[in-house]
Amino acid sequence: MLILRPPDIRSSEITPEAWFWNRRQFLGAAAGAMAAAAIPSVPRALLASASSDETPTPYDDITSYNNFYEFGLDKRDPSRNAHTLRPRPWTVMVEGEVHKPKTYDVDELIRRYPAAERIYRLRCVEAWSMVIPWTGFELNRLLKDVEPTSQAKYVAFQTLHDPEQMPGQRRGVLPWPYVEGLRLDEALHPLTILVTGLYGKPLPNQNGAPLRLAVPWKYGFKSIKSIVRIRLMRDQPPTTWNLSAPSEYGFYSNVNPAVDHPRWSQRRERRIGELLRRPTLAFNGYADQVAHLYAGMDLKVNY
Amino acid sequence: MRRLLLQTLVVLLALVPAALIVIDLFRGNLSANPIEDVTHRTGDWTLYLLLATLAVTPLRRLTGRGALVRFRRTLGLLAFTYACLHFLTYAVLDQGLFLQGDALGYLGDDIAKRPYITVGFTAFLLLLPLAITSTKGWVRRLGGARWNALHRMVYVVGALGVLHYLWLAKGERPRPVYFAVALIILLGTRVVAARRTPRAATAAAA
Repeated sequence: MLILRPPDIRSSEITPEAWFWNRRQFLGAAAGAMAAAAIPSVPRALLASASSDETPTPYDDITSYNNFYEFGLDKRDPSRNAHTLRPRPWTVMVEGEVHKPKTYDVDELIRRYPAAERIYRLRCVEAWSMVIPWTGFELNRLLKDVEPTSQAKYVAFQTLHDPEQMPGQRRGVLPWPYVEGLRLDEALHPLTILVTGLYGKPLPNQNGAPLRLAVPWKYGFKSIKSIVRIRLMRDQPPTTWNLSAPSEYGFYSNVNPAVDHPRWSQRRERRIGELLRRPTLAFNGYADQVAHLYAGMDLKVNY
Repeated sequence: MRRLLLQTLVVLLALVPAALIVIDLFRGNLSANPIEDVTHRTGDWTLYLLLATLAVTPLRRLTGRGALVRFRRTLGLLAFTYACLHFLTYAVLDQGLFLQGDALGYLGDDIAKRPYITVGFTAFLLLLPLAITSTKGWVRRLGGARWNALHRMVYVVGALGVLHYLWLAKGERPRPVYFAVALIILLGTRVVAARRTPRAATAAAA
């Protein structure tokens, strides 16, 4: 059968994304019923719409165009230089306001929390974006296992600090080690994942091996790489880019086309592999899932 | 004859970076965001050639070879060529001018709102009258003194060009700082020369 699509098809005529997802939701619900609610803590509707149906950016582009200043400032430096990173053996401390602090071996984490694929949009604050098939697990599963105390309000993350393995740390372009943070409700959100793989393969060094964060509704720099420490805290933790340039980078850093960065308009973005810029979506297109986290907040102030 | 050969050689050499960009583009040697690479590389070469233009007069003083002045216009026009390539890459390929209906609005917004782009665009606009009046005919029409006064604007262009890069990189990268140091040295030699022999320096300046 020959299927012809009229060349002037209007976007309004295309099946709305929500309906499309409903189909998956139905399939997901059917599968879920059979699996007898194996993952009880995660709302099924959120899981069903977690992955993007957009064409993933090629593996070579995702692994050769990186902002990872620990290995150099040029986008191609990490792919050339990150071979000095030793992602095994690797331990991650989970500590602070928790009842069960623990130091995990990364392979223990991988065994304990089976990886699933999540195809996420990644929007860099520099106004480019990719679609990335991560594999990983929801951060909330790890956090629940260490049992946050009632005092825990924030989660702080820290990258490895070792200039031997990360030669870029010999230069003072940023205060090392790289640190990031989330509010606890952001960290517990089912879209927030710890990533251990890319395209079904182990995470390459230049993408933050062996363990990185992916928070798809925030600018890419929030998704901290090569994590060695996760600390639950009472107060808002410092974050590297905010320390470096507070007027340019806030704590929240949600993708927001209405708030420009002083050096980059955030209204449009270039999807890697495309010529023409496309409009940037509020919360990077994840508004339905996450906008409620910021109800009542002025996002122009809390950028 | 030898002079013409040298001029041709300078032009050909200065066009090599542009040729390399095209070759890299077609061989797939650019990054996953090739437009960004082309923007950066044409911008770099605009500044290299601007600084080379500004180096002619100090070099002439240093070596006593007055004939070097003939390269000044050639280098200046080559800098202008790269500035045009840089601006067109930004406006058309990066911002979508002529390719996307609403690009002009975004472009205007970018130029007005982002100081480093405002400064870079101003430098580009200031280069236009210098390129236009670079011919012998215009030197005659304006008269040497007025022509010199106008073309001293290249100092402003150099300063704005370097500021454009410094502001974009915001201390993260060393290269714009090297450009700034080179510019300060090149302009500094003019100040020193002007102090030593006020009248001669005024005549030789620009």
